[in-house]
Amino acid sequence: MQSVLPSLFFYALATMILVSAVVTITRRNAVHSVIWLISTLLGIAGLFLHQHAEFLAAVQVIVYIGGITVLFLFVIMLVNLDEAAKKKQFAGQWKIVVICAGALLAELGFFIFKGAEGFYFAEPAGGSLQPNTQLIALALYRDYLLPFELASLLLLVAMIGAVVLAKKDLK
Amino acid sequence: MLNEYFSSVDLLVLKPAILLTLFAIGVLLTDLMLEPEQKYLNAVMALAGVGFAAYSLGPWPLGLQHQMGMAGADALEAFRGAVIVDSFGIYFMWLFLIAAALSILISIRYLEIEGEHRGEYYAIMLLATVGMMILAIGMDLITLFMGLELMVISIYILTGYLRRDRRSNEAALKYLLLGAFSSGILLYGMSLLYGLSGSTDLRIIASSISQRPAGDPLVLIAVITICGGLFFKIGAVPFHQWLPDAYEGAPHCVTAFMSVGPKAAAFALLIRMFLVPLASVRDVWLPLVIGVAIATMTIGNLAAITQSNVKRMLGYSAISHAGYMLLGIVSGNENGLKGIMIYLMVYAFMNLGAMAVIVAMRRKDIIGDEIDDFAGLVYKSPTAAVLMLIFLLSLAGIPPTAGFIGKYFIFLSLIETGHYGLAVVAVLYVAVSLYYYFQIVTSMFTREATDNVVPALSPGIRLALGVSLAMTLFIGLYPNPIIEVAGNTVASILR
Amino acid sequence: MPPVPTAHYVFLSAALFTIGMIGVLTRRNVVIILISIELMLNAVNINLVAFSNLLQSVNGQAFAIFVIVDAAAEAAVGLGIVIALFRNKETIQADEIDLMKW
Repeated sequence: MQSVLPSLFFYALATMILVSAVVTITRRNAVHSVIWLISTLLGIAGLFLHQHAEFLAAVQVIVYIGGITVLFLFVIMLVNLDEAAKKKQFAGQWKIVVICAGALLAELGFFIFKGAEGFYFAEPAGGSLQPNTQLIALALYRDYLLPFELASLLLLVAMIGAVVLAKKDLK
Repeated sequence: MLNEYFSSVDLLVLKPAILLTLFAIGVLLTDLMLEPEQKYLNAVMALAGVGFAAYSLGPWPLGLQHQMGMAGADALEAFRGAVIVDSFGIYFMWLFLIAAALSILISIRYLEIEGEHRGEYYAIMLLATVGMMILAIGMDLITLFMGLELMVISIYILTGYLRRDRRSNEAALKYLLLGAFSSGILLYGMSLLYGLSGSTDLRIIASSISQRPAGDPLVLIAVITICGGLFFKIGAVPFHQWLPDAYEGAPHCVTAFMSVGPKAAAFALLIRMFLVPLASVRDVWLPLVIGVAIATMTIGNLAAITQSNVKRMLGYSAISHAGYMLLGIVSGNENGLKGIMIYLMVYAFMNLGAMAVIVAMRRKDIIGDEIDDFAGLVYKSPTAAVLMLIFLLSLAGIPPTAGFIGKYFIFLSLIETGHYGLAVVAVLYVAVSLYYYFQIVTSMFTREATDNVVPALSPGIRLALGVSLAMTLFIGLYPNPIIEVAGNTVASILR
Repeated sequence: MPPVPTAHYVFLSAALFTIGMIGVLTRRNVVIILISIELMLNAVNINLVAFSNLLQSVNGQAFAIFVIVDAAAEAAVGLGIVIALFRNKETIQADEIDLMKW
């Protein structure tokens, strides 16, 4: 009798993620939005842990939650969005919402109709996910060395850009 | 340094990019030592970087093309197949270096007037060029994605570079939001391609996709999302809304760069994606591309008629040009792709030339991008007026300017593959485009000058104008060299 | 064969992606639009890790790391532009930070 615990984890985390995401995009106050984003990101980190992606889960928590959302909070405080919170929040684009929700429902229909076996992906080519950090290191420094260097350039550009755009007084 | 993870081929292939990066960092450092009047030396250093990169690319000793020729290789694979340097890649890398050099030349005086003349501008521009080069040679999803993002984030920053100008801020914000949105869509499609094939290498994806049954929903979603993301980047309808605002709000010199370099890089990515991984599902994306091409030409040309701001008009005309180039993908044969390549190279020169004139129009109080600002230009500065006339003729595609050659091959390829209707529609739209380009011409030649201020042609702008004019006329009158080069390039990717 | 079918993960990812898309298209507050874009990128990451788990290959996870890098860079530059915009419109508070996009 296969343990039901893995699927329980998945459904619990999936519910948490989706509910947090919906709440994230509907908040009037931007700070609340960021807090619910953190909840979504934590759920996703949990999913990563569950799927043997331990390094990525750690990166998600440290970089995404510990870095990016903190950056969001800083800027929200700096920019003082209280005035914005009193104004009309949603653009009148409800038609698009209906179309997107319709697309989602169509997808749900597809999924239920075809059943989970209808979607098939590539075959595993025999590899391993463990030891996770070592394998990721090999991937980053051997298979994907060029994108790794480009990522460093990307972060350099982002740093320069953030300073150039946001610094108070440039000589 | 050279070991099993990083071989000498990798270094050779990457040398132009490495040199650009080194000089970008060098500009950042020297900028600290320069007085405000000496800031143009930053541009000199940046140009030196482009020069060194060009040298390491070319058919000279120690250059990439030279090494490839000596080894007798048509294409060099590097970084374990993540990158492949063939004639396609080399052609585009040259295009990007030329675009970068010309843009740097016209930026100097403009930034001085704006009071934002700092080294970071040139550094970011060089790093954007590095990103573009990766897009030309990438053969792997992650590599292409990183190159794309490096280019695109640099351009967001450059668009918002005039911090004190509201138009610049808003243009950058709009561009970033829509650009990030489209990157997300493109990424979703890429993640599906990874799942369907088990690899991020474009060629392995190609063979996996071709083995899938027709009408597979997952492939369909992947194609639609990737097409959507790519159409955003080239400014095709209905994802074009960011383009006129970004072009209008950005500093003139950045508009020049952005209309040429990143557009060509986005097309290089588009051609790669359509020709390699998505080649077997052509019947899925062909109707999409045809529809988008028609819509793009329509909206681009019709909206340009009503514009009074020259940069905005050139923005809509850029949208229409993207539509013409998409027709080259529709036909997809040798002439079609050759047409796109020639079109992009020629577009670089004529658009940079036109933008250089607009940059020269920037004076103390006048931004210089309204049609009214061009009134009577022929009396104030006949040189500038005639130059602008030639570039506008080339944009419209009138022989014997270079713009005609690109359009000729694309329309020829449409007729060769039986898309007569599309060819007729395209030619009709070319006629429409003549109308709005000539609005500027009539303003320059027939109206009275409203002020006495003469556009100042600084040495940098003169050089840029000279090169653009020379190439526009040269390619128009004697197109054989470029036709041959483009032909070789296309042969290498259609193999 | 993982206990939860990969298709479930793909569906979750699609749902999260759609929620993010709806956020980008309907909200007027710029910071919330940026947050919605982060949701979309996380949906892509869920997809990648699910495929990585199915294929037993770390390539998907490496791709996900690069996506996180890109998300960080875009957020940084985007928020920098928001600050620059705010500095310019200091007198008219923050209502311009709401954009009329279409």
